[in-house]
Amino acid sequence: MARYVVDVMPKPEILDPQGKAVLGALPRLGFAGVTDVRQGKRFELELDGEPSDEALAEVTKMAETLLSNPVIEDFEVHVEVLAEAAGKHKA
Amino acid sequence: MKIGVVTFPGSLDDVDAQRAVRIGGHEAVALWHGDHDLRGVDAVVLPGGFSYGDYLRCGAISRFAPVMTEVVEAAGRGMPVLGICNGFQILCESHLLPGALIRNDHRKFVCRDQRLRIENNRTAWTSAYDEGAEVTIVLKNGEGGFVADEPTLDRLEGEGLVVARYLDDNPNGSARAIAGITNDRGNVVGLMPHPEHAVEDLTGPGTDGLGFFTSLAAATFA
Repeated sequence: MARYVVDVMPKPEILDPQGKAVLGALPRLGFAGVTDVRQGKRFELELDGEPSDEALAEVTKMAETLLSNPVIEDFEVHVEVLAEAAGKHKA
Repeated sequence: MKIGVVTFPGSLDDVDAQRAVRIGGHEAVALWHGDHDLRGVDAVVLPGGFSYGDYLRCGAISRFAPVMTEVVEAAGRGMPVLGICNGFQILCESHLLPGALIRNDHRKFVCRDQRLRIENNRTAWTSAYDEGAEVTIVLKNGEGGFVADEPTLDRLEGEGLVVARYLDDNPNGSARAIAGITNDRGNVVGLMPHPEHAVEDLTGPGTDGLGFFTSLAAATFA
């Protein structure tokens, strides 16, 4: 089993009102020095089988087709090795 | 004419749209998102609401609803398709119209009577209006900010594909105050405000929205 992570972010030139709202809230909570916040989405997809280039290409297609809108968003895909698959368990 | 109104899970304005279709002099046909069937209609309205709970992105999941296969195919053949609010978002997600709709720049839901200018009366849905007509219809959206890259915006302006533009205040941060656009052929129209809520004097700000539902008889089948 392999986990593929798709990070979707609004394109830099697209206004991000949610990020702006978070940016406005932080100083009110006493967090200083934050100059910008952009809010995106993270998808974790678990696929059968070992990580492979074919599966990565397939996930990339999913990201282009459904998970992101290329008009307003950019995305990145990467593979995460699952702890279980590596025989490790978190305490 | 038979005008189909698609109901998705989470559609809100499908019944109002059906009523507006009837007041406009047509037969309203209820279409279901899960059917691969347009039931022989001559035109389709994708109504407002929050289909699929606006999950992922507004319109992103509806775009892949079974009925949309037929809607996209029929639009390609020239069938008139009007997307209102959430319907506009679905048309953009379906790539039947360029651009996208994002959260209002002021981050608040807006609900008001909105003045618009009809800038293109050569579409299947706007031929009942005079070009440049100023109308007041209901606007209600949380994610109504129209965006597209600059070349796309220039093309929309240059080719007269902007159907309606906001007058007075820009209510949601739309690029160039664009309220509605059409495709090259003029059969597909997306509009953020709600003409179906302005078809009777009893409710809403007047009857300025009725033209969207009477245009079909005047234009497409003249």
